[in-house]
Amino acid sequence: MMKSKENATKGGLHYYFQSKSGVIGAILLLMMIIGSLCAAFGWLPHNPLDQNVDHILKGPSGKFWFGTDQFGRDIFSRTLDGMRRSLTVSITAVSIAALIGIPLGILGGYLGKWFDIFVTRMSDALFAFPAILLALAIVSSLGTAWYDTAISIGIVYTPIFIRVARGPVLAAKEMDYIKVSRILGYSSPRILIKHILPNVTAPIVVQTALSLSWAILTESGLSFLGLGTQPPDASLGLMVSDAQSLAALAWWTLLFPSLFITIVVVGLNLVGDGLRDAWDPARRSS
Amino acid sequence: MSQLKPLLSVDHLVISTLQDPRVLINDVTFEVHAGEAVGVVGESGSGKTLSALSILGLLPRGVAVTKGSIEYNGIDLAKISSQEMRKIRGSEISMVYQDPMTALNPVMKIGDQLLEVIESHEKIDDSSEERVREALREVGIPDVTRAMASYPHEFSGGMRQRVMIAMALILSPKLLIADEPTTALDVTIQQQILALVAEERRKRHMSMLWITHDLGVVANLVDRLIVMYAGRIVESGTVKEIFTNPQHPYTYGLLASLPITTDKSRKRLTSIAGVPQKPWLVGQSCSFSPRCFNAGPECKNQIPQLLGTLEKSVACFYPVGVKL
Repeated sequence: MMKSKENATKGGLHYYFQSKSGVIGAILLLMMIIGSLCAAFGWLPHNPLDQNVDHILKGPSGKFWFGTDQFGRDIFSRTLDGMRRSLTVSITAVSIAALIGIPLGILGGYLGKWFDIFVTRMSDALFAFPAILLALAIVSSLGTAWYDTAISIGIVYTPIFIRVARGPVLAAKEMDYIKVSRILGYSSPRILIKHILPNVTAPIVVQTALSLSWAILTESGLSFLGLGTQPPDASLGLMVSDAQSLAALAWWTLLFPSLFITIVVVGLNLVGDGLRDAWDPARRSS
Repeated sequence: MSQLKPLLSVDHLVISTLQDPRVLINDVTFEVHAGEAVGVVGESGSGKTLSALSILGLLPRGVAVTKGSIEYNGIDLAKISSQEMRKIRGSEISMVYQDPMTALNPVMKIGDQLLEVIESHEKIDDSSEERVREALREVGIPDVTRAMASYPHEFSGGMRQRVMIAMALILSPKLLIADEPTTALDVTIQQQILALVAEERRKRHMSMLWITHDLGVVANLVDRLIVMYAGRIVESGTVKEIFTNPQHPYTYGLLASLPITTDKSRKRLTSIAGVPQKPWLVGQSCSFSPRCFNAGPECKNQIPQLLGTLEKSVACFYPVGVKL
């Protein structure tokens, strides 16, 4: 009896925080978001662009927490600023991909027929290109502003969302409870929105969290190749790229940006796990 | 039987696949009167479920009614729009689904699922929740408040089937189709569910179409029986007529194969030799003739017509127990 009362009063958030990976992921992500916000408001110990010839390649110290790079710039400030840029690009890119891909995938799966064929062929065509090559091609035709990078990553990720949304809809459409909703005379929009959608959100939400982390890696990759963020602006990928030749000389230049990429990617993956567990009533541990 | 217009009348219904036409249901005619329960018996593939789905206008993709008509309460169901058909489903004609384990939405609370049924046909108001409570109490769910806040996975199969019945009955349909509602349940639970449905029918004076492959299950629940074989009706009539005086050799064989609990001789159960023909391969002959012990020359080159009255009809040239 007590348990049922709890079920009735506590929402999904309560279940989310029952999963250990969800909690850890949320903490990691929160740290990264706070850091990025600090960078966005300019609350950094140093200006990330200021060069200082007196402090070239200094190790971590009280003044420069993560050390300095070959131009004497503060790595801590640059890492946070790079994180802000990476997150902005990745969130924008994934939003573009999700907003285009999810509705297309869901409608394709639900309506079937020519619309489905059109959608799947289109996504197959995009899938045929290796992700980074396609992103490179789009970026080089668009430009190198951060939104160009975001748009190109968004286009590259759209077919992933189409597939992730379409598959579960196809499966759910054949489920007995959808047949029963037809038998009981529910309208098509009701079946789609209230019965199919809640049963396919789990994979979509998890996919979104995972895509955010991939998008950060793709952005890093593009910057690394010189087609993402342009110097002197900082981006995690660009910093790793710059630090490559210095790693033997000054390990901190490579370690901290790489560490931040790892933390945010792991954090997003854990959040994805937590969301998946919280979404499914049968998986919720009591 | 009453001489009034039947609630449901299915007239010379033919259902076939659209591509590479294969007849699945051939020339099926029957009626269900107000307050009457009709059992449809037959083996898998004989077309029982398809007939039921065609009444609801929910035939699978690629399968359609190609001839004949289905009339419900004076409305020709083939002629109305899909929107009008949707309004009839669930409120006028409802159905209890075979497998309760997968028939409820796993991520929606039981109470909300019942509200969905009301909401898709009527405006929801303050009294709706009380209607849901009443519907759940009616089907024997204990602790209704708790049940409404539960998810389907917290319920056993029998309880889920009770919820399904509550969903099918909440809008007081005039006709309830039960498609083997107990096959997926334990034997003890089966009896409870059967009794529940029979009781609800009696209280509401509702018409019913029981679909089953088990003659024993429906014998006490229905007024009339329809026996289907390979997409056609081979015999129909009152339960008493069918059980005491089966005339079609197939019905006779079905009844003979029922186990007799008082028989201690441990004999093998009687069976009908052979397997049913595919309805679309039958051609101009009686579909049962290859397995029939009574078949004569006409059976191989003519289709027997279903002849007789509402009390008793049979489609056979050489009925059992009739001297020629």
